Amino acid sequence: MTNIDELVTTFTQKAQAVSAVVAEVNELRQAFEYTVDLCDHKEACQLLLAGCEAPLSPAAGDLCQRRRDKIIAAPGLDAADYQALDTLSRAKGLTLIRDGLRGYLAGIDIGLTVVDYGIAETGTLVLNSNNEEVRLATMISEIHVAVLPKSRLRQSSTDLETELEAMMRMRPGYTAFITGASRTADIERVLALGVHGPLELHILLWEDR
Amino acid sequence: MQTARDVKEYREELRRALDNEFLRQAMDSFAVAYRASRAKAFAGMDVDGLIREIAQAKDDSISRLDELYDEFKQNAEAAGVKVHLARTAEEANQIIAGIAAAAGVKQIVKSKSMTSEETQLNRHLEAGGYEVTETDLGEFIIQLRHEGPTHMVLPAIHLSRYQVADLFTEVTRQKQDVDIERLVKVARRELRPKFVAADMGISGANFAIARTGTIALVTNEGNGRLVTTLPRVHVALVGLDKLTPTLSDALRIIKALPRNATGQAITSYITWITGPNECAASPTGKKEMHVVFLDNGRRALAHDPKFAQVLRCVRCGACANVCPIYRMVGGHQYGHIYIGAIGLILTYFFHGRDKAKNLVQNCISCGACKSVCTAGIDLPELIKAVHARIQDETGSSLSNTLLSQALKSRRLFHVLLRSAKLLQKPFTGGGPYLRHLPHMFAKDQSFRALPALADKPFRDTWEEIRPRVVNPKWRVALFSGCLHDFVFPEQLNAAVRVLAGRDVALDFPVDQSCCGLPALMMGEAAVARDVARQNVMAIDPAKFDYILTTCASCASHLKKAYPTLLGHDPQLAARVAEFSAKVIDFSSFVQDVLKLEQADFIGDGKKTAYHSPCHLCRGLGVVAAPRELIGKAGLDYRQSDEEDVCCGFGGTYSTKFPELSAEILKKKLDHVVQSGAELLVTDCPGCILQLRGGLERRGDPIKVQHIAEALAEVLVK
Repeated sequence: MTNIDELVTTFTQKAQAVSAVVAEVNELRQAFEYTVDLCDHKEACQLLLAGCEAPLSPAAGDLCQRRRDKIIAAPGLDAADYQALDTLSRAKGLTLIRDGLRGYLAGIDIGLTVVDYGIAETGTLVLNSNNEEVRLATMISEIHVAVLPKSRLRQSSTDLETELEAMMRMRPGYTAFITGASRTADIERVLALGVHGPLELHILLWEDR
Repeated sequence: MQTARDVKEYREELRRALDNEFLRQAMDSFAVAYRASRAKAFAGMDVDGLIREIAQAKDDSISRLDELYDEFKQNAEAAGVKVHLARTAEEANQIIAGIAAAAGVKQIVKSKSMTSEETQLNRHLEAGGYEVTETDLGEFIIQLRHEGPTHMVLPAIHLSRYQVADLFTEVTRQKQDVDIERLVKVARRELRPKFVAADMGISGANFAIARTGTIALVTNEGNGRLVTTLPRVHVALVGLDKLTPTLSDALRIIKALPRNATGQAITSYITWITGPNECAASPTGKKEMHVVFLDNGRRALAHDPKFAQVLRCVRCGACANVCPIYRMVGGHQYGHIYIGAIGLILTYFFHGRDKAKNLVQNCISCGACKSVCTAGIDLPELIKAVHARIQDETGSSLSNTLLSQALKSRRLFHVLLRSAKLLQKPFTGGGPYLRHLPHMFAKDQSFRALPALADKPFRDTWEEIRPRVVNPKWRVALFSGCLHDFVFPEQLNAAVRVLAGRDVALDFPVDQSCCGLPALMMGEAAVARDVARQNVMAIDPAKFDYILTTCASCASHLKKAYPTLLGHDPQLAARVAEFSAKVIDFSSFVQDVLKLEQADFIGDGKKTAYHSPCHLCRGLGVVAAPRELIGKAGLDYRQSDEEDVCCGFGGTYSTKFPELSAEILKKKLDHVVQSGAELLVTDCPGCILQLRGGLERRGDPIKVQHIAEALAEVLVK
């Protein structure tokens, strides 16, 4: 096995252990197809999961009413990639956005990002989130789909120290380590996913060699 | 929060907590599950090495806090952050309220910050007319209940899903089901509008990295990210102890912190923020960002040679997770703001003597906390030291003064014990237990039978039983300890029989006295030093290969605490070092030095459970030796659950907090009974006093023996 294959194996195991869904793609287009397909088959506002079905106070209930179309946000993509994803989305009647995410704070269906690095030993994604839209896409989406180029996999955070330090030196800088979906065990230590952030994390390992 | 005025009131609160069945059950399952998940999370890692590295790096940071603060300030301000330093909790609250006022803030969202609990920030801001919402689920719940956290990581661990459902029913004015998944989603939806409306977000920080002026947040829920992203103003309230020189120091701690806290390899999110980022809600398009550092006694602490290590704490909460007392009573009774062993110490420094004075007495000194601390803090030792300091400040109680006077002179102490022997006669009915204790002595002690003092102390029989050895291979001094000298001399006799005929020249230097641990447990450090000196002078380490003690507590105290107690005395330092180095416990001596084998014993296959004394397994790190000896002796070792959890004795602890001692003992004995053993063996006469007394009261026929007795009974003659 090559080094990268070993990293992929470890990464996959560790990410799955924290309930991430891990799949592999050979090109970015496949990742777009995956995302659109996921969104298409997903219920709007994940009624059974995200709380709209629960009895809510009027203010919180209002948020549910504001949700209509299914929305994918992909703020970090370049123009050509964005165009490709947009075409796929439209074909399924989905709305694709890249900015103005503050208009959708009640929640969007999917946030799609291409992340900067992966840390195999903990199944962690490293994402430069200086761009507020990128930040929001990974926070207010019900599903976060992250594309991780295999060449960006490292064994441990220590192996990434130089790169991370460069990110810390950005003024300003907002760097996120993301491992699995948002979780809590605050009620009777029972694990529950999706307390404030995404309910699901899908990681697409991209064969970029 | 501590409101009890004295130990009596505090005990009343403890009793109420013990009656809370949900709490007891929740804490129990947590304690058991935590141990397993921690072990799994650290599997294959050099935990001790990692802890050592963390301790070293933290010590280095603590020694130059001011320098790191300056460096952080310079770098963060270059990135556009306003950095503040608050000397007191009150000052921190004022600074933050000032920021809110200047920015025209009305609504505030918070992510979890123990530091803001320390300063009681919410109370201050709410008094100023701000709406403050805690967004961490646990903090949200306890804020709605108007109470403080009961755990540093799991703030609402004391509450059941039913209580949360009722609470959420009240808040939403809609009936809520008792389904945790759904309750979590209700909180998600209820809190989202709060994020949207907030003008200001307040967070803590797990790290403040000096080199880049970066703060880092270690979280699971994702609320920390929303708090630092959505509102136009971000204030981070950070204890000065969170300053760390570089990213690499932070990454090292992150390897241990989540594993030790919750058994996670890493948390869902770690957020690194340098400077004010893009923020569409701000008129400038950029966030307004402040970092408020809190001193509140930390800088003074950093210069305290004994207590500076307290600042190593990374707030993982592990010291509470493994504490047998926390497990019984929960966090509201085991801390003021900060909880668990570290909380007992921090309360004194951050919240004052009055809040700490009862708490610091409620440590049984089992060492479980120290054995799991992320930063290797010597928690039991420091708790005792805080206790001693409070006693120095306020004066000792009458009982402490009497004990001190008695212990200062070995002759007086032993005369008193001998008189007690005569005085107890009317109460024993001729048996081995005190049967009819006058009420003033027996108060709350009914959970165990107390042993009578022996007819003859060990020291009076020594010359008769002393083995004669012609060509000794080892020269060994016996250190009996009070219990083996005056209460259970037959156990020490048994040890002498096991050693007889094996070329061990035994001596019993008669000027030895109490080891001094009871004095330290009562906060009498000066007395503890005094008797330590007496013992080191009574036994000349140069004359012996080993100083053998059959009491695990004495052994660990002589070996581990004496160098600290006496090491600063240049005239004694070398002698103490040699003395401590030669101290050995009975099981290790028989297993590792004498190397007795199966052929030396003819056991009868008796079903035997083992209780691992705190001071043996954690104090001295002796784990395998006694268990291997049980096997070699031909006894049928029956493993029981939680063998290395405290029996609840803790010396004077069991007379000060008898209700807790009784409950800890009950759990221990239940496990032993479940193992199906007929015999329970251990290495410490204090544990034997507790275990035997408890079984006697239950009327259970399981026999309790010191391992020396168990071995002596099955020796090949």
